[in-house]
Amino acid sequence: MAKSIDVDNLNVYYGDFLAVEGASINIAPRTVTAFIGPSGCGKSTFLRTLNRMHEVIPGGRVEGKVLLDGEDLYGPGVDPVNVRRTVGMVFQKANPFPTMSIYDNVIAGYKIAGSRKNKREFDDIVERSLKGANLWEEVKSRLQRPGAGLSGGQQQRLCIARAIAVEPSVLLMDEPCSALDPISTLAIEDLISELKVNYTIVIVTHNMQQAARVSDRTAFFNLAGVGQPGRMIEYDETAKIFSNPTQKATEDYISGRFG
Amino acid sequence: MSTDGDNTRRNLRVGSDPDAALERAAAEHGTAATEAAASRLAERAAHHESATDTLTPPPADGDRHADTGATGGGTGISGQSVRLGDRVFKGLAAGSGGILLVVMAAIAIFLVWKSIPAFTDNEGNLFTTQSWNPQGTPPIFGVAALLFGTLVSAVIAMVIGVPIAIGIALFISIYARRRAATALGAIVDLLAAVPSLVFGMWGLYFLIPNTQGFQKWLNDYFGWIPLFNNATATTAAQYGKSLLIAGIVLAIMIIPIVSAVCREVFLQTPRETIDAAWALGATRWEMIRTAVLPFGRAGMISASMLGLGRALGETIAVALVLNSGFRINWHLTEPGGDTFASTIALKFGEAGGNPVAVAALVLAGLFLFVITLIVNSIARMIIARRKEFTA
Ligand SMILES: Nc1ncnc2c1ncn2[C@@H]1O[C@H](COP(=O)(O)OP(=O)(O)O)[C@@H](O)[C@H]1O
Ligand SMILES: [Mg+2]
Repeated sequence: MAKSIDVDNLNVYYGDFLAVEGASINIAPRTVTAFIGPSGCGKSTFLRTLNRMHEVIPGGRVEGKVLLDGEDLYGPGVDPVNVRRTVGMVFQKANPFPTMSIYDNVIAGYKIAGSRKNKREFDDIVERSLKGANLWEEVKSRLQRPGAGLSGGQQQRLCIARAIAVEPSVLLMDEPCSALDPISTLAIEDLISELKVNYTIVIVTHNMQQAARVSDRTAFFNLAGVGQPGRMIEYDETAKIFSNPTQKATEDYISGRFG
Repeated sequence: MSTDGDNTRRNLRVGSDPDAALERAAAEHGTAATEAAASRLAERAAHHESATDTLTPPPADGDRHADTGATGGGTGISGQSVRLGDRVFKGLAAGSGGILLVVMAAIAIFLVWKSIPAFTDNEGNLFTTQSWNPQGTPPIFGVAALLFGTLVSAVIAMVIGVPIAIGIALFISIYARRRAATALGAIVDLLAAVPSLVFGMWGLYFLIPNTQGFQKWLNDYFGWIPLFNNATATTAAQYGKSLLIAGIVLAIMIIPIVSAVCREVFLQTPRETIDAAWALGATRWEMIRTAVLPFGRAGMISASMLGLGRALGETIAVALVLNSGFRINWHLTEPGGDTFASTIALKFGEAGGNPVAVAALVLAGLFLFVITLIVNSIARMIIARRKEFTA
């Protein structure tokens, strides 16, 4: 079930390069949190530390703590593989496995873990997940077709179905709509509102209306300057960030007076 | 428990009034952002207009096409606009393709033509006779044993060589750090450049003496499997040239090419597909199984075919480690065994001017040609079967 995330003073590195400095955040379960900010300020980098995806990049490392329901993700004896099974992720570019059917894409998480479920159980999981991702009606008649043959928006919802199929506690989304048309974007925003009932969701977005529409709280990231690390400038209720931010940089950014 | 209560309260709060506030904020923000963007756009457009004024206008179509003699200029969009380069390239591409076909056909015709005496004068059965005596009177020979030896040694080479090659390729492209990967890759590439004679000599003077104990052990403990049973040797020292040795030598010879191609294929795996596997909680091996290997499937088959081609056609290295016997013998460690290529090499001298003997060897070449074509067609079919599921 949904879990809380508490980050305390996290530094994120690519080798020697400090990409994000001193980020702290407390995210309640069953909420949607949006990360906004200009490109290159470390939103994706920070997001990927929340499921230890940052480490798959050579030289990627962090200093600090990330607590998932109080348990440190980076503590000794914590296996990143288990972390990623608990904290699911959806990427900017829809990435269904190109060699798999729609059906196999949805149950990929189970197949990877070597799960021994029977066909009936998998059928149920596929139907439940695709319904959860609002994709079932569109694909139920062609589950054995390649997942890569769907439209961009459908592929992204397939990826969401794949992520929620394994019932994670948290769902991370890195600009999930940035490559989609407005209708598909709306479909995914609706979906996020529905998923919020069961999941803790963190979403990076460049679209500020989207942040305002879907999120409960918003974190604004910014770069102190060229070559400086990114920082979390402000984190508050979304309504407050967009109507009455405390920081001048936040206000400049959301009102388009940036840079 | 208390946090749960907090959440419910929180959700309720968000559910009632702030929703409207959010919408308002979104709308307000939308206007601000849209306005800002619109004004920026307008500014840029204005700037752009003034900028183009000062530029020299682009050349008219006619100027561009004048030297190619195309008819596009001045008359609008009707007419052709084919450049000289297009024509040259098209000609070159079509020509090369055509030449390739002609060469293939020429080889096939030559092989069939020159091997006709082998069909007409042979007193044995071409397919079933296990003997090779085309210069005898009457000439008696058949390709049964050659076909067997060629296929068995190639299969051994594939069974041993391909998994090792794929393992090396995975190690280089995924596991190894960059420095180690570069060094290892260079060594593998170097191995590909070693002449096949050297591999043959290595097989003869190193591999055979050093695997005698192992072969005896195979016979002692796995002799109940016919493949490993050896009735001709009682001591380790009596193990010598055999199809198994030929297969192992071939395996080592195909590893460089197979692993080099696989390595390139694995490196092409899209970053986002790999990330998808990681994000689902894959271990490194599970990631390889889910993302890298399925993506590289067609490439691995092609690489194996390259290796198989080399194994089927290898001449001198195989000739050095085989004792010709022209018998089908499933006991892989026993002496004897022939391949088409090794037979051509070994028998060419004694064929001399005997037209039937030469024809028989050309026939062996024809078989090799056909086998290679069949194997490649099968590979193409395997690759094409799940084409829609490839990236
Ligand atoms: N794989 C990487 N290796 C090294 N530096 C990286 C890598 N990915 C991102 N960075 C750097 O980290 C900083 C933050 O990038 P990123 O998190 O992608 O920003 P955002 O998602 O906010 O646009 C940038 O300076 C970027 O150049
Ligand atoms: Mg990003």
